[in-house]
Amino acid sequence: MAITKVCGIETEYGISVLGSPDANPISVSSVLINAYVSEAAGRVGWDFETESPGNDARGFSFETPVNVEMETHLVNTVLTNGARLYVDHAHPEYSSPECISPRQALMYDKAGEEVLKRAMKASKRFMPPGQEIVVYKNNSDGKGNSYGCHENYMMDRSVPFAKIVKQLTPFFVTRQIFCGAGKVGTEAPGSQGAVRFQLSQRADFFEEEVGLETTLKRPIINTRDEPHADATRFRRLHVIIGDANVSEISTLLKLGSTAIVLSMIEDGMLDEVELQILSPVYALRKVSFDPGLKATVDTTDGRSMTALEVQWSFFDVAKKYFERDGIPSVGTLEEVTELLELWEDTLTSLESDPMALRRRLDWVAKMNLVDGYKERHSLGWDDPKLAAIDLQYHDIRPEKSLALRAGLETLLDSKEVGAAVFEPPKETRAYFRGKCLEKFGDSIAAANWDSLIFDTGKDPLRRVPMMDPLKGTFNHVDGLIQKSNSALELLEGLGA
Amino acid sequence: MVEREQKRKSQTQRDSEELHEEDVQAKNESAEKLKADLDDLLDEIDEVLEENAEEFVRNYVQKGGQ
Repeated sequence: MAITKVCGIETEYGISVLGSPDANPISVSSVLINAYVSEAAGRVGWDFETESPGNDARGFSFETPVNVEMETHLVNTVLTNGARLYVDHAHPEYSSPECISPRQALMYDKAGEEVLKRAMKASKRFMPPGQEIVVYKNNSDGKGNSYGCHENYMMDRSVPFAKIVKQLTPFFVTRQIFCGAGKVGTEAPGSQGAVRFQLSQRADFFEEEVGLETTLKRPIINTRDEPHADATRFRRLHVIIGDANVSEISTLLKLGSTAIVLSMIEDGMLDEVELQILSPVYALRKVSFDPGLKATVDTTDGRSMTALEVQWSFFDVAKKYFERDGIPSVGTLEEVTELLELWEDTLTSLESDPMALRRRLDWVAKMNLVDGYKERHSLGWDDPKLAAIDLQYHDIRPEKSLALRAGLETLLDSKEVGAAVFEPPKETRAYFRGKCLEKFGDSIAAANWDSLIFDTGKDPLRRVPMMDPLKGTFNHVDGLIQKSNSALELLEGLGA
Repeated sequence: MVEREQKRKSQTQRDSEELHEEDVQAKNESAEKLKADLDDLLDEIDEVLEENAEEFVRNYVQKGGQ
């Protein structure tokens, strides 16, 4: 039986400073995150100057109930919703907490956007007059520099990695037809000028089929083996090929279809399906470069298939798989039913009338804006206004976001998203992490995905391991956290 | 796969038969509405798009990440 697909999304946001284009992105990202921390902690008048983001703050608490610093020299905080907010590779990054289902992971991804919006607002008072920090939820600057939006899925360690690579690659090459975020032009070496609009932000930057790299020679399947959990039982599949989606529907489809395919791999549903794409890296770009969706990819058994046909073949197996037991590894019956309907409707529309998805999928919404604007003003494809539309689509400020104006359909309740900014998921260990930070933040010396380290004042530091992402849930620990008046009482109750 | 294609094809046939029965005028109206929606959207883009697009795009330079 496939194991629960605990999942989440980590997003490196693009960052720039209006009024100071040459600002150092690392310092600015630090200002942004510190501003959020100070605001969320209600520390009005908090003296930013005295906090040096360059210090090694190993084990040092911010002395607020909402965050602690993690073990690195850059700004690095953990939020009460269980997420991690930090500076990574010169970008602000939000890593969602561990979620029980794609539906929940969508909510915590949107909660991340809300965190960044609040951070931008909070950062205004730390910036010189005339300067403003703006963040973008995208993956490239249009000049050959890319930054990632990674997904993580929990898998059963007993599934051979080679099988995952073989069965997952054709899915990853083609899923961009519904989860690509769209891009004007291309940054792939040698292709400039040859592509007007493509499906994906990231396809230009992938050069290998399998590998460990994430910043150079990026591979379609990333082999990073860092489970942040019991390594004898679990694998964390680290997916680096996705685009940062703004559309809730694109995000849900990306997470949901991938979680289903991974469950199918675990349960052997794809063992009989002979579908392997020749030259996957070439195929990835070929698919991305054709928003008409007519491009074909060659398979190792001599067939020529469109990306849509490849996706239908995965969907067909998923439908049979669903009839077996409802795919409980991916969510409730209701959630999985919704997912499959959405997947099927989307593929059907992509086949008959892709533009009908202009309020659903990011790439279609963006292409609709770009095409319409180009026609209205009789612009050439190289006009900077079209590149500006591409960029501003991902501006997360409500007053500027073009995605917001595209009228994208939503799935989430904004009140729920607002709550998810502070409240952790109840069904994973993120609950224990988030609630301990909220209640015993003063006594937490360090936090990580798979442990919390307590400093109760008198004893040596005490580490509470959290090696199973499905332990430490509301049901497991809420009673104990409620009745404990101190971290010491909590630790005694845990028997730690 | 083959079965799936047949199912989809028959669905498409049904759709097109229904379409033929639809009032042509209604279709024109919906096309007009589509165009009006897009026009409104483009008006809004004209309002909020960064004024100096060239500078905006040129200044957006990021350090590479993951």
